[in-house]
Amino acid sequence: MRVTINGTDHELPAGATVAQAVRALTERTTGVAVAVNDEVIARGAWDSTPLSEADRVEVLTAVQGG
Amino acid sequence: MDELIIGGEKFTSRLIMGTGGAPSLEVLEQALKASGTEITTVAMRRVDPKARGSVLDVLNRLGIKVLPNTAGCYTAGDAVLTARLAREALGTSWVKLEVISDERTLLPDPVETFDAAERLVAEGFTVLPYIGDDPALAKRLEQIGCAAVMPLGSPIGSGLGIRNPHSIELIVEAVNVPVILDAGIGTASDAALAMELGCDAVLLASAVTRAQRPELMAAAMRDAVIAGRAARLAGRIPRRRHAVASSPTEP
Repeated sequence: MRVTINGTDHELPAGATVAQAVRALTERTTGVAVAVNDEVIARGAWDSTPLSEADRVEVLTAVQGG
Repeated sequence: MDELIIGGEKFTSRLIMGTGGAPSLEVLEQALKASGTEITTVAMRRVDPKARGSVLDVLNRLGIKVLPNTAGCYTAGDAVLTARLAREALGTSWVKLEVISDERTLLPDPVETFDAAERLVAEGFTVLPYIGDDPALAKRLEQIGCAAVMPLGSPIGSGLGIRNPHSIELIVEAVNVPVILDAGIGTASDAALAMELGCDAVLLASAVTRAQRPELMAAAMRDAVIAGRAARLAGRIPRRRHAVASSPTEP
């Protein structure tokens, strides 16, 4: 299954969850938020939310700014 | 006790620091300490697997409240999504709403900003919108429930100071929510002027983080904000065209 994580194509096993997509990028779970196709997925739902082919996953955190 | 109250929360410091532009997290930490700030902005960006250390660790260590911004957003929709992500990532419903109109000026887009503010207030956010120095817009944003307004002194990072002090004074007169002068501060006298004009607080980043000695400039800004606030409360003398002798005129 092909999904886009932070603008880059990733190959994940069919039925992979949001949690697996996050782990593809970082081990950090605090201070991180996820949107799938522009919908925020609460941290508590990462393990139970499966991804679908061609989903756009954005994994964001706070950086210096403003 | 002269406290700054935003969205029901009380603060002693009237200097809000941004974190953008610091050459390293170490320099940033020293500057934040020296500034005495109790609120500091951060931006939301894609996780960088190669990043070492986090600005959040610095803020946690110093016990500073995190104020996420929506910097980089050009539409209300983008800003609302960014605010929701920030709330999820950082556990705060406060947001510095920033919707810019173009890359060259980074001036705030009033229409998109107003639209986003309405939606975020409805979702329970404590919204602090970054706006031009427009008293009418400030008033409208207060009416729809924004917790503060943040008019610019001049464009972001320009260091041009407060280009239209009269508009800032009109905003101070127009609204009852805190007015936080945001953007354009170049040096300590700019920050003092903002407070003398009646602003409730000053937000700055580049003026400190890009100074040759950030820690020293942070301390200067802290003192300038305190001095400007005291001068405002003390009440300045009226300006006159001619001299008024301060020594007795009798021989």
